[in-house]
Amino acid sequence: MEFLISIWEMLPVTVQILMKIVALVLPLMLGVAYLTLAERKVIGYMQVRVGPNRVGFKGILQPIADALKLLMKEIVIPNPANRYLFIIAPVMSIMPALAAWAVIPFDEGMVIANINAGLLYVLALTSLGVYGVIIAGWASNSKYALLGALRSAAQVVSYEIAMGFALVGVILAAGSLNLTDIVQGQSGSALHWYWLPLLPLFVIYFIAGVAETNRAPFDIAEGESEIVAGFHVDYSGMAFAIFFLAEYANMILISALAALMFLGGWLSPFQGTPLESVFSFVPPFMWLLAKTSFFLFCFLWFRATFPRYRYDQIMRLGWKVFIPITIFWLLVVAFCVVNKMPIWFDGKGA
Amino acid sequence: MIFEYIIFYLFSGILLLSSTMVVVVRNPVFAALFLVLSFFTAAILWVTMQAEFLGIVLVLVYVGAVMVLFLFVIMMLNLELSKLKQFYHRYMPIGLLVAVTMAVELIIVLTPEKLSQLQQSQVSHPAEYNNTAELGRQLYTDYMYPFEIAAVILLVAIIAAIVLTMRRRPGTKHQDPGKQVLVQAKDRVKVVSIDVERRD
Amino acid sequence: MIKQYLGSLFLIELLKGLKLTGKYFFAKKFTIMYPEEKTPISNRFRGRHALRRYPNGEERCIACKLCEAVCPALAITIEAEPRDDGTRRTTKYEIDLFKCIFCGFCEESCPVDSIVETNIFEYHYEQRGEQIMDKTKLLQFGDDYEAQLAQDRTLDAQYR
Repeated sequence: MEFLISIWEMLPVTVQILMKIVALVLPLMLGVAYLTLAERKVIGYMQVRVGPNRVGFKGILQPIADALKLLMKEIVIPNPANRYLFIIAPVMSIMPALAAWAVIPFDEGMVIANINAGLLYVLALTSLGVYGVIIAGWASNSKYALLGALRSAAQVVSYEIAMGFALVGVILAAGSLNLTDIVQGQSGSALHWYWLPLLPLFVIYFIAGVAETNRAPFDIAEGESEIVAGFHVDYSGMAFAIFFLAEYANMILISALAALMFLGGWLSPFQGTPLESVFSFVPPFMWLLAKTSFFLFCFLWFRATFPRYRYDQIMRLGWKVFIPITIFWLLVVAFCVVNKMPIWFDGKGA
Repeated sequence: MIFEYIIFYLFSGILLLSSTMVVVVRNPVFAALFLVLSFFTAAILWVTMQAEFLGIVLVLVYVGAVMVLFLFVIMMLNLELSKLKQFYHRYMPIGLLVAVTMAVELIIVLTPEKLSQLQQSQVSHPAEYNNTAELGRQLYTDYMYPFEIAAVILLVAIIAAIVLTMRRRPGTKHQDPGKQVLVQAKDRVKVVSIDVERRD
Repeated sequence: MIKQYLGSLFLIELLKGLKLTGKYFFAKKFTIMYPEEKTPISNRFRGRHALRRYPNGEERCIACKLCEAVCPALAITIEAEPRDDGTRRTTKYEIDLFKCIFCGFCEESCPVDSIVETNIFEYHYEQRGEQIMDKTKLLQFGDDYEAQLAQDRTLDAQYR
């Protein structure tokens, strides 16, 4: 073990960072692949079906078969499309989805870049994801794609505001933009986590997150029953697969952020109870993984349950419901923080 | 240090190139996308100069929100380039005037002495130095009133924009989602119990 | 009114929906694992065609061309000539299964119960042209599945 650590320290910093990135992205991509299987399985089960179960034991190899199929397929570039932007668009959509992971901590110190403005960085990069959609929609030179892109642009910009306000609440409560500090500020017990004092913000953050990733019931950008497949109608093969990967990586990102900011990240849910020592053998990042999985399950659960919102309903929900509620709750949180209200804001948690 | 210079000149080069392209490129969508690229590289340059808060906010506000709406509008407009070029000569003098004024202003402000002053005043901060907190402290203490006044002006501008664009057009048939949401089954469906008549 | 506002604010109806799908998540699944398990097939099932024979081995078809006439998809082609013993028989009886819509009119129109549809629906073609069923193929199918065909027809006879 010590030998390995000494080898690690001998490596130049750039190589260390590159290896960290690989160690993050590989499991993430595997997670994305199996999230697609989980989605089909969960939705299948909720519709009283069994989902894919032919490739490998109980369908365990299905994502690999899908990936192979997509790799083999031809990437068709339509004649009237703008070639350069058409190719750049999928890259533009996966780049921010992966880059945002740089500041996500998995445990104390287990993070690629522990920067001070971590939360802002994540917010900035998730707001970049919409460019992939817009460019794809415009470059395809198709009516459906353009409509999908326009819908998506308006929707993402609207929900970013509500999402940003929800995050401001977290920043107020924790007094820091650093994600590690935010998690540290929640230590104590499951009741010290921010989901309780920030419950409205928590709910709004998650719903805005669903809208932000263009997932059902807010998937009007895709809207297969109205505009075929929205911005990615003209994409095939690996170019399509990259949009797919980006969407699912964003889902995992939103879920991980929700777990970090509202459910205490890697903190054990049994902290401060007699059970804490019983579960001390569980490595902290497993708790984060479990909480993230819960949110991911919610994503799939929503998709299996709710019909798609109409466009004007989405806009009304974002502007006329979420933003007023978040602003109101920000005032409440600010009041509590100024008056150092126990048990969350008296500064003893951290 | 060499590495930092390489980074700086690389991104400065991209910034200059993309800003030139914004002006030169014919297609307005390309111009907007090059503007996005120049904002992004400017943000990166700010981050390398330890102004990470400003850099990230630039990306968040300009790239993430403003330019998205810009692109939105440009894509919807379907501009006709030939009609736009028609007025090229008419606007030429004013455009040149603005450009020259801005260039002169920049030359006056950025004298070599001032630039060297800036270079000396740059201090490198320890890793835990919090740019954001420092900025907030300055804004809410020393620059409290200017900051608040700026905020009020922006608020007025927002309200003015909404008032200007909101007009009630009579005769349009639109739905009010608020009312639709409030509808319940008993408002729409009337359950009537009718006695069954026996046929003789 | 206020109750409604509160109800929509606290997402009551959405939670009800989630509860319902959550319940079905654990419900027993009804999926039939097709190649291993199969659903029962009606004796009126209309699958691939066959030409039947009389028990003495004589083919039933008398080339009346009623099936050809009734076929809405024009999938049947028949050519006929008198045989050496003076009876009217087909020299060519072809069904293009790509055209066929499996409506069963040919079977209904047949005065001698010659053209029938079997309950076979699991078949495939590997070459172009294989989908055209000629007379030898159809008679072969009839011979192969005669027991099943006769049984289906006796079961259905009481309803006709």
